[in-house]
Amino acid sequence: MWNRRKEDDFVPKPASVPPTQSQLAQEGIPMSTLSGRSLDSSPQQSGSSRSANIGKSVTIKGQILSREDLTIDGEVEGTVEAQENRLTVGPNGKVVAGIKAREIVVFGTIHGNVETTDKIDIRKDAKLIGDIKTARIVIEDGAYFKGNIDITKPEVVRPAAAAAAPKPQPVTTTPASTTPSTPHVATAAAGSANDVKR
Amino acid sequence: METRNSHGLEQFCASIQEPEGLSILDLAGANQSTVTFITSLGHRIYSDDVLRTLESVYGTDDSSVYDPPHMAKFLEQSLEFPENHFDGALVWDTLQFLPPQILQPAVDRLHRILKPSSCMLALFHAEENLAAVPACSYRIQNSRTIQLTPRGGTRKAAQHFNNRNLEKLFQDFASVKFFLTRDHLREVIVRR
Repeated sequence: MWNRRKEDDFVPKPASVPPTQSQLAQEGIPMSTLSGRSLDSSPQQSGSSRSANIGKSVTIKGQILSREDLTIDGEVEGTVEAQENRLTVGPNGKVVAGIKAREIVVFGTIHGNVETTDKIDIRKDAKLIGDIKTARIVIEDGAYFKGNIDITKPEVVRPAAAAAAPKPQPVTTTPASTTPSTPHVATAAAGSANDVKR
Repeated sequence: METRNSHGLEQFCASIQEPEGLSILDLAGANQSTVTFITSLGHRIYSDDVLRTLESVYGTDDSSVYDPPHMAKFLEQSLEFPENHFDGALVWDTLQFLPPQILQPAVDRLHRILKPSSCMLALFHAEENLAAVPACSYRIQNSRTIQLTPRGGTRKAAQHFNNRNLEKLFQDFASVKFFLTRDHLREVIVRR
């Protein structure tokens, strides 16, 4: 309790223990070189629950484009984009880059401008030097931040526009019985979900 | 943790009520409360911890030589913005901890980066013992209330200011308004 380290707050997503080669051979499971990722490719496991890690002894220079949640605990220089996903900069992470992500959690250091569509969370002992454009921001005491904060307002469907648009069909709550909806209905639903969230 | 009613803050907030989208400078470091308050008004906030930058440029050693290259580096790192960039500045008590050699250049820089008619809120300690002023962060709770949160430790104020000193310090600004307070923290609203 008393000697609590900075890293203690940072809990990376649990990585599955890779099976040994003999176990795989016994079970007839194909081998994978992707560490920290489940080999089970069932629908529940894929999608948003997937996460990639850049370890603390890794240095990357260039452009990173991620379509899954990403944790950087090493050094990255360049640009990082995870538009639909969450980016976590671990306590050992040092990112010198422009970043775009849905959500960013910072335990380490970022030098560069940051843009999120949802939220940025700057934790205690984190350091961020650069401009932030985000919908929501959390700054813990002890974090260091230098730069501009620009809060972007979420797009809300205007009543006039909604009235002019054709009435959407009622949406049932049972996923199995949901009928394919028009693009406009999908947009409105996303808008109202945002409203509830805020 | 201590809260205080602030007429200086009230006047500052009145000056930034509208329109939305103003740029506000905060020199005492980012904190959730102030960021939330300013952004909820629809404004942008630029945060920096000027005293931390001062320490990073000069170190904590009092014997540092305040030579022109170091001064230029400090001003470049902390107050390098285009002219007439900000619509208001929350300076809090930072000016009192700047060494005399840097103080006037920093105030001149503030004059340059603030828009005409914009306001700046500054606080000055009037304690007897300026060698050990408790270090704290200032957080806006609402348009009339400031929360003082101790940061731990003390800071040595560079100098004591009376009204005449302050008028001289801000002589290039349009006006300087002092607010009477019951404690040892003097509130000043300076209009560009």
